[in-house]
Amino acid sequence: MPVPTELNYTADHEWVSIDGDIATVGITAFAGEALGDVVYVDLPAVGTAITTGDACGEIESTKSVSDLFAPLDGEVVELNEAVVADPGLLNTDPYQAGWLVRIKVTGPTNLLDAAAYQTLIGAE
Amino acid sequence: MTEPRATALHAEHQQLGASFTDFAGWTMPVRYTSDIAEHTAVRTTAGLFDLSHMGELELIGATAAEALDHCLVGQPSKIAPGRARYSMLCAEDGGIIDDLVVYRLADDHFLIVANASNTAVVHAELERRIASFTVELRDATDCWALIAVQGPVSAQIVGELTETGIFGLKYYAITETKLAGSNILLARTGYTGEDGFEIYCRPDDASRIWAELLRTGTPYGLKPAGLACRDTLRLEAGMPLYGNELSREITPFEAGLGRVVAFGKEADFVGREALARRRDEGAQRVLVGLTSAGRRSPRSGYAVLDPTTGREVGTVTSGAPSPTLGHPIAMAYVDGIYEEAGTRLQVDIRGTQDDVVVVPLPFYRRQES
Repeated sequence: MPVPTELNYTADHEWVSIDGDIATVGITAFAGEALGDVVYVDLPAVGTAITTGDACGEIESTKSVSDLFAPLDGEVVELNEAVVADPGLLNTDPYQAGWLVRIKVTGPTNLLDAAAYQTLIGAE
Repeated sequence: MTEPRATALHAEHQQLGASFTDFAGWTMPVRYTSDIAEHTAVRTTAGLFDLSHMGELELIGATAAEALDHCLVGQPSKIAPGRARYSMLCAEDGGIIDDLVVYRLADDHFLIVANASNTAVVHAELERRIASFTVELRDATDCWALIAVQGPVSAQIVGELTETGIFGLKYYAITETKLAGSNILLARTGYTGEDGFEIYCRPDDASRIWAELLRTGTPYGLKPAGLACRDTLRLEAGMPLYGNELSREITPFEAGLGRVVAFGKEADFVGREALARRRDEGAQRVLVGLTSAGRRSPRSGYAVLDPTTGREVGTVTSGAPSPTLGHPIAMAYVDGIYEEAGTRLQVDIRGTQDDVVVVPLPFYRRQES
């Protein structure tokens, strides 16, 4: 499964796109496929301070439920209301319409590049 | 750990783009496209399943019926040839070793279908229990591929392809026939809550039969369907799953399935004494259905709480957002005093308490046509 080369990733199958000090976060197509049809998304409220690696939301499919882990340190500045209303976007368009939250980055980041993430999911 | 086995239809699943999961020593299709789309196909048109991982045991001999009356809690000697019955293999203490479908193919010939994860245990246990009978037991799992067609239009699809037609085949009946030229056993059984068929065929014939069913069924809306939707379908239909609702720690009475125990039969059977005691004393915990108006689903293992005291009074065994009903559903074992429909309870969903209400099972019942 190809992964977009312009994004960064976490080992928890999230993608991160950084523009200045704002990071847009979503889950990868690999994660969406592993979950199956997503039916519910619980996201951190705007203003929430998040810390790398902490669970800050939930993604639930018919089959299972997974935590959303903070990919970096920061403060939530925007939620994707469209994905809350239509969680299936995480399956159909995970890298565009299915983005989850925007975060104002407040600390150093430690993310994987596309090649490293591709290796990771190739190995799984 | 040995490599999981592939079924005779593995190449077909790959060609259809299936995602696979390891299940009870087999690599099985979990979904082809979307769990919800596959689930909906079974409820509205039809789904096509590969169930070749299921275990098939055959028992043959003049006293096969008597032997099974001794082995199982039901009364297979009462099954007419060509009919089937749901039954259980219980331990001496009444605990459930497996739940089974028993088909009587002939007076002296039974086909016993076991869960994939339990086939070896069932085989060993039956072997031990039939020692004093002159019968032959064999594990025929490798001799049979199993394909299911489930859903309201399954009779039209299967009917088009069988020589004898299926419209005379009753629910829980089985017959020898030909499908697309191959000899099969055709059973009107399933695990989805819909009308449907299970086709036992030779593994060498499986690919051709699968292709013919797909070709004939697609215009009717049939879709290949994986194990993920099989689980939500059986949950909506209130059907227990071994490992979730059923286990060695549970007797048929906790599971609400006391009716499968045939105390009236003459044969002494393994577990009779313990089961009679459980029947008379009543079960401490009973299986109930729960629904929630919220969005988060109770899942297996979550605690069920009394909302007044906060005390833990049960455990969820299966739960999911119901694709048909559009809200979370779950099955749970709760203390007997909470079993009445309408009882308000809570489930601890990862640290927050969500309100649920006890409802009668099943959650979903098909409209009789």
